[in-house]
Amino acid sequence: MMSLEKYMPAWVKRIGLLTVFALFAAGIVFWGGFNWALEATNKESFCISCHEMEENVFREYQNTIHYTNRTGVRATCPDCHVPKEWGPKMVRKIQASNEVLHKILGTIDTPEKFNAKRAQLAQNEWKRMKANDSQECRNCHRYDYMDYTEQGNRAAKQHPQAFIDGKTCIDCHKGIAHQLPAIDQHIGKQNEGAVEISHGEKPAAKEENKAEAK
Amino acid sequence: MRFIPALALAAAVLFSGFGAASAQEKVLSERGDVAIDQTSKVDMFRPEKDKEIIPRNFQKQPPLIPHSVKGYNITQNFNKCMDCHSKERAEETGATKVAKSHYLDREDKKLSNISPRRYFCMQCHVPQFDAKPLVENTYKPAAKKGE
Repeated sequence: MMSLEKYMPAWVKRIGLLTVFALFAAGIVFWGGFNWALEATNKESFCISCHEMEENVFREYQNTIHYTNRTGVRATCPDCHVPKEWGPKMVRKIQASNEVLHKILGTIDTPEKFNAKRAQLAQNEWKRMKANDSQECRNCHRYDYMDYTEQGNRAAKQHPQAFIDGKTCIDCHKGIAHQLPAIDQHIGKQNEGAVEISHGEKPAAKEENKAEAK
Repeated sequence: MRFIPALALAAAVLFSGFGAASAQEKVLSERGDVAIDQTSKVDMFRPEKDKEIIPRNFQKQPPLIPHSVKGYNITQNFNKCMDCHSKERAEETGATKVAKSHYLDREDKKLSNISPRRYFCMQCHVPQFDAKPLVENTYKPAAKKGE
């Protein structure tokens, strides 16, 4: 025992070897528990334990390809709505405390209230995905590995052009998992004055390309 | 001969009517001899893959939809078809523009934008499925193509 003490740093000697081991174990338990809680709140079953999610967005999502498809590979709520990387994930989880507050306040506790807020909620999510270059889409859908010969005519034509224009998934793929809010599509009276969607900015680069082509 | 669901349906209704009128024989439903509360065994139909524009079969035929429309909803909030086919979007997307006839109200008065009565695109424009016609169809257009 005396010989081991020679190698111990001063702070270990001060608090004792046993305490050091106990702290180490407590650290593992704490971190494990933290991670467990984080993962527990990152499950579809947790998301739809709130009726706000279950009655509205979850039921809409059940009709879409990310819920049911040929091969049964799914993208569940957190796959799209919670970042995978640790930093952004923490940020999003802290932001979610606001959602807990509004759950308690009952801000969207009926489908009518939810639909009244739908435009705002959708735009929040579009903004978030635009800002991170649709990272959650790209966790599975990688541009570089897209085989255009396997895509439909329309997709094979649009995708390369969109990437040249610097567009990101969410620019065009809005409302693919949930219903859209009222959108002003400039087709007469229908939804006049409602939210407009952009399909990405018309890039200045496109003009240059045209000029070069001439 | 291309399969036109609406025509086939019209023919089916017509034929079933004849059958009932001409004889006492039992009229069989196209869904087979299955009780209404039971599920009929149907073939699985897949929407056809994207293809080039399908030529019309007769004058003023609403053009057929030459692509899959799976998951394309037309709701009060959003018309998925118009996301590409509207006048504003057609150039960028390369889709066929909505025809001028869709800008008329029922009195043939010209409107500045698409008439609300044209909102439900798939009432007239139908997607194509790899399905055999239920009944024979001998329809021939009255006029030659080229309107």
